[in-house]
Amino acid sequence: MLSKIVRTVANQLFLFILIFGLYVIVHGHLTPGGGFQGGAVIVSGVVMLLVAFSSKDLQKSLRERFLSIMESTGALIFAILGFAGIGTVFFYNFLVGTSIFGRIPPTGPNPGDIWTGGVIPLMNLAVGLKVIAGLSAVVLAMALFSIGEEIEE
Amino acid sequence: MRQVVGLILLLVLVAFLVWGVLVIHPFGYPPSDMDDYIIENAQEETGSNNVVASVVFDYRGLDTLGEATILFTAVTGVLLLLRTRKRREESS
Repeated sequence: MLSKIVRTVANQLFLFILIFGLYVIVHGHLTPGGGFQGGAVIVSGVVMLLVAFSSKDLQKSLRERFLSIMESTGALIFAILGFAGIGTVFFYNFLVGTSIFGRIPPTGPNPGDIWTGGVIPLMNLAVGLKVIAGLSAVVLAMALFSIGEEIEE
Repeated sequence: MRQVVGLILLLVLVAFLVWGVLVIHPFGYPPSDMDDYIIENAQEETGSNNVVASVVFDYRGLDTLGEATILFTAVTGVLLLLRTRKRREESS
């Protein structure tokens, strides 16, 4: 556990990192970025918390069971969205033209509309969920394991 | 002996790399028309402004499924390895 200054600043900064990561995930079909990138941004915030606090403190609020459920949910949503378009082909974008995320933007540069992209924003959300949970689980497991090694020595 | 074999292997590798550079298609002229098709039609076919996202999640969705599976396998492997090590420490 680091000093009180570091802990306070990490607490305040984590909210902004969370907002930026969610922005990158949700706007994946409009701006550069997407599920993988936004998830990695949020996990960098988790790593910052891990550096500022001890990993045992973080383990109380970020349980491994919850993370594994979250990752499986993301993978399941992604696969179901892929199978949902199987009437035409696997991973067919069946939502284009409907009322949910179905608007079609004009070809060429345009300011962008959040209700476009068909199935792509939903897939971005699923992949983002998966990346957040998976990478957080890996980082937490490695931190806890390194502490165990120190105790052993 | 080992140095001679290494030298021969190195020369073969260098020859392959030089050959690959010589027969590559010229810069800016890819061998297929797939990129032009995607740039022109991605916005009206998928409705997504970000053409990279439309390629990753729509045109090549199966590849992204494989990518997500790789991430899942990596996380599973890491958790499995670290958990067995910890349990062994507790039992000993």
